[in-house]
Amino acid sequence: MTMFRGLYMTARVVHGIHVSSRFIHKHTRFFTLGLRNISTGRPVQNYFFKDLENQFKAFREKTAEAMPSSDWTPFEINRSLPPERADIVIVGGGVMGWSIAYWLKQKEKIREGVRVLVVERDPTYSQASTVLSAGGIRQQFSLPENIVLSIASADFMRNINKHLSVLNEDPVDLQFNHSGYLFLASENVAQIMEENYKTQRYVGAKVALLSPTQLKEKFPWINTDGIVLASYGLENEGWFDPWTLLNAFRRKAISMGVYQCFGEVTGFKYTTNSMNTAEGNKLDFQRIKYANVQMPNSLEYQPVECAIVVNAAGAFSGKVAEMMGIGLGLKDTIAGVPLPVEPRKRFVYVVHCPDGPGLETPFLIDYSGVYFRREGLGGNYIAGMSPEEEEPDTSNLEVDHQFFQEKVWPRLAHRVPAFENLKVKSAWAGFYDYNTFDQNGIVGNHPLVNNMFFATGFSGHGLQHSPAVGRAIAELILDGGFQTLDLSAFSFQRIITQEPMLEKNIV
Amino acid sequence: MAKTSMRRTFRLVPLLAATPRHWSSNPGAPPPLQTRLLLYLSHRFHDVETLLSWIPWLKSRGVRQKNIFYGYTQENFGDNVAAAFYILSLRGGFRFAGQSEWFRSNKRGKFSWDFINQRDATIEEVDASNTLINYTGLENLVKQKSLRTLSLCGCVEVDDWFLSRLHVFQDTLEELDISHCPQITVGGLASLRNLRALRRLDISSLPKLQDPGLVAILLEEMLPQCQVTAFGFDHSLTYSHTPTDAQRTESVQEQ
Repeated sequence: MTMFRGLYMTARVVHGIHVSSRFIHKHTRFFTLGLRNISTGRPVQNYFFKDLENQFKAFREKTAEAMPSSDWTPFEINRSLPPERADIVIVGGGVMGWSIAYWLKQKEKIREGVRVLVVERDPTYSQASTVLSAGGIRQQFSLPENIVLSIASADFMRNINKHLSVLNEDPVDLQFNHSGYLFLASENVAQIMEENYKTQRYVGAKVALLSPTQLKEKFPWINTDGIVLASYGLENEGWFDPWTLLNAFRRKAISMGVYQCFGEVTGFKYTTNSMNTAEGNKLDFQRIKYANVQMPNSLEYQPVECAIVVNAAGAFSGKVAEMMGIGLGLKDTIAGVPLPVEPRKRFVYVVHCPDGPGLETPFLIDYSGVYFRREGLGGNYIAGMSPEEEEPDTSNLEVDHQFFQEKVWPRLAHRVPAFENLKVKSAWAGFYDYNTFDQNGIVGNHPLVNNMFFATGFSGHGLQHSPAVGRAIAELILDGGFQTLDLSAFSFQRIITQEPMLEKNIV
Repeated sequence: MAKTSMRRTFRLVPLLAATPRHWSSNPGAPPPLQTRLLLYLSHRFHDVETLLSWIPWLKSRGVRQKNIFYGYTQENFGDNVAAAFYILSLRGGFRFAGQSEWFRSNKRGKFSWDFINQRDATIEEVDASNTLINYTGLENLVKQKSLRTLSLCGCVEVDDWFLSRLHVFQDTLEELDISHCPQITVGGLASLRNLRALRRLDISSLPKLQDPGLVAILLEEMLPQCQVTAFGFDHSLTYSHTPTDAQRTESVQEQ
C-alpha cells in the first residue's frame, strides 16, 4: 500500500506539478481510514511555508534599504528645512529676490559656483507687494539712474524668452500692454516736467511733450482744465502681469539650482570686530555667520551658515535690518542709523465704466496724485491715489472704500467726465516698501555689516526695476563692483550722510 | 527603472533638490519618444543639458544675421541706400517715393543694384511679407520719414515690441498690413494709437487674438479715420456643453 502511494506521488512530481507539502499531507490523510488529525502543529508549519515567498521578499527589501546607497536614515528629517550651509541667503521671495537669485546663477563662472537660498515667509504670497502691484513700467523719472534702470528692464522684458526660457516648458508671456504713461502737469509743476523731459531724452527714453490742444486731439475724453503740459511715453512703457514675471524668474532660477525655502528669518548670528577710527571713536564691524530660518507654524529653526545675506524683504526689510541691530546703536553714530524702509498701504480699485476711454487709454497720472489705467477690453479700469495727509493703517490689508468715494472719484470724474457714472467692482490693498528718507531704492551693502546687501526701499517702482537691479546686485556680489549700470548713487552711504536723492513727481 | 537610477544619481544632491522630475509643468500628453529620451539624458548629463541649451541660440542665428545693422552702408552710401539694401537682403520689396517701379529680389535672392545710385530717394512703400524682419532690424528703417505703406503679412518675428516701435512713422504711415503674424497680441495693437495718419489696417488671421471682433471695434474707435479689415476669424458663438440653470430646473421639473 505504501509503495503504491509513493509511486503515485513520484508520478505527480514527474508530471511537474508543484504540490505543496500541505497538499501531500492532506492527500495522505484522505487515504488514512478513520484517523482524524487534531494536532495544531501542522497549520503553523503550513503558514510558514506559504509565507516563505513573502518572507524572502521582505528580507530582500530590508537588506536593500540598509545598504549604503538607499535613502533610509534612522532619524526623521524635515524635508522643508533649508540646507545647513549656503553661500548667499536672499531674504524675501518677491520679484526682487528671485531676480537676484536668477542673475547670481546666470553670472556664476562655474557650474554650482554659488549656492543660493531664497527664503520666503508666505508661500501663498498673500501680502507680497509684487503680486498686488498695478504692474506698470515707465521711463518718466527725473533721476537718470531710474531712467536707465527702466530702459534696461524693458530691454530684458523684450528678450525675456532668451533669458528665462526653460527646456520643454512654455515660453513666457508677460501680457505686456504697450500703452504708455501720460503724466499731466499743472502750472506749478510744468517747469519740473520740462526739465525731466530733457533728462529723459538725454538718457535715451522715448518721451514726447504735449500741449493741452494736442492732448485734447489725441485723447478727446480728457478734460484739459488746469493742464498746462503733458508728458507721454511712446515706447517701452505700459503694464504687464507681475505674477508671470515672478514665476518666470522663479522657474528659471530653480532650474539653475537655486534652493527655495518657505520660512521666516528670525535672527542672525554674527561676530563683531571692534576697531578705532583716527579720532579714537570705536566702530563695531559685524559679520553675519548664520541666518536663523524658522519654519512656518513651528518653533523649529535651522541656522543656515552663510557668507552673504541679501535683504530683499520689501515692505518688511526694516524689521530684517533691525535683527542685525542696524539702527539700534547710539544716536549720531553709523550704527544708530536705521534702514528707513517701512510698509505703506496703498489701495487699488477696479471700476467699470461703460462709456469710458477705449483701447488707447494710457496709464494716466494726474498732478493731483490720482491715476488710472485700462484693464482688459471690457470697459474696466484700475484706479488709485497716493494719500496726501494721513497714511492708512498698515497692520492689515483692509480696503478703505470711503477713500475712493471722497478723494479718488471726484478727481477722476473731474479729469475724465465719462467716469462720473462708474461702478466699483472690486478693490485690494498692497504695501509699498516705502523709503521714508527719499523714496528711492537702497542698493548696496551696509558699511558696518559688510555682508548684508540691501535691494529694497523702491517705494512703488521695485517691480519695474527688478531685472536691472537684480543684475546690479549680482555684479556687486560676484564681480565686486557695478559693471553695466552704476548705481552707487543708491548706496546706504547717502542715508548716513543725509543727502537725499529725491525724485521729483512720484506717485 | 529610470526613476530609481535618477534617484541614485542625485543622491549626492541634498534632499531639498531631489524632487521627482516631470517632463514639463504642463499636464497633458507626454512628449514623443525622442524628446523624452533627450530630456532624460539632459537630466543625467551636464553635456547634453548644455548642448540642448545652445539650440535656441543656433536657431536664432539666421534671424540675427538677416537683421544686422548696416552701419557701414549707412556711413558710406547714406540712410536710404542702407534701408533699401536691408529690405532687399530680407527678400522683400520696396518702392521709392516719386517712382513707380518696385525693387525686388528674385527667387534665388539676386537683385539689381540700381538703387545704389539713388542716394536721395526715400522709400515710400515697403513690402516685407513673409520675411524675418524683427525689432532689431527696424533700426535700419527708422530714418525713412516718408514711409506710407508697410506690409508685414506672415512675418514670424514681428511681435508687440516691433509694433510699439512703429511710432517713428506716426505722421506718414497710411497703410499697415499685419495679417498672419503669429506673435501679435492686443497689447501690441494698443500701441498703434500713435499712428495718426493710418487709413488702412489689416489684422486678419492673428492667432493670438482672443476676441477679434471686439478688438476690431475698439481699433476703429481708437483710430477713427482708419479702415480696419479683419478676415479669417471665427466669430461664431461657441457652444457650451454645461447646462444652464434654466435647463437644469426644466429637467428636474419634468422628472
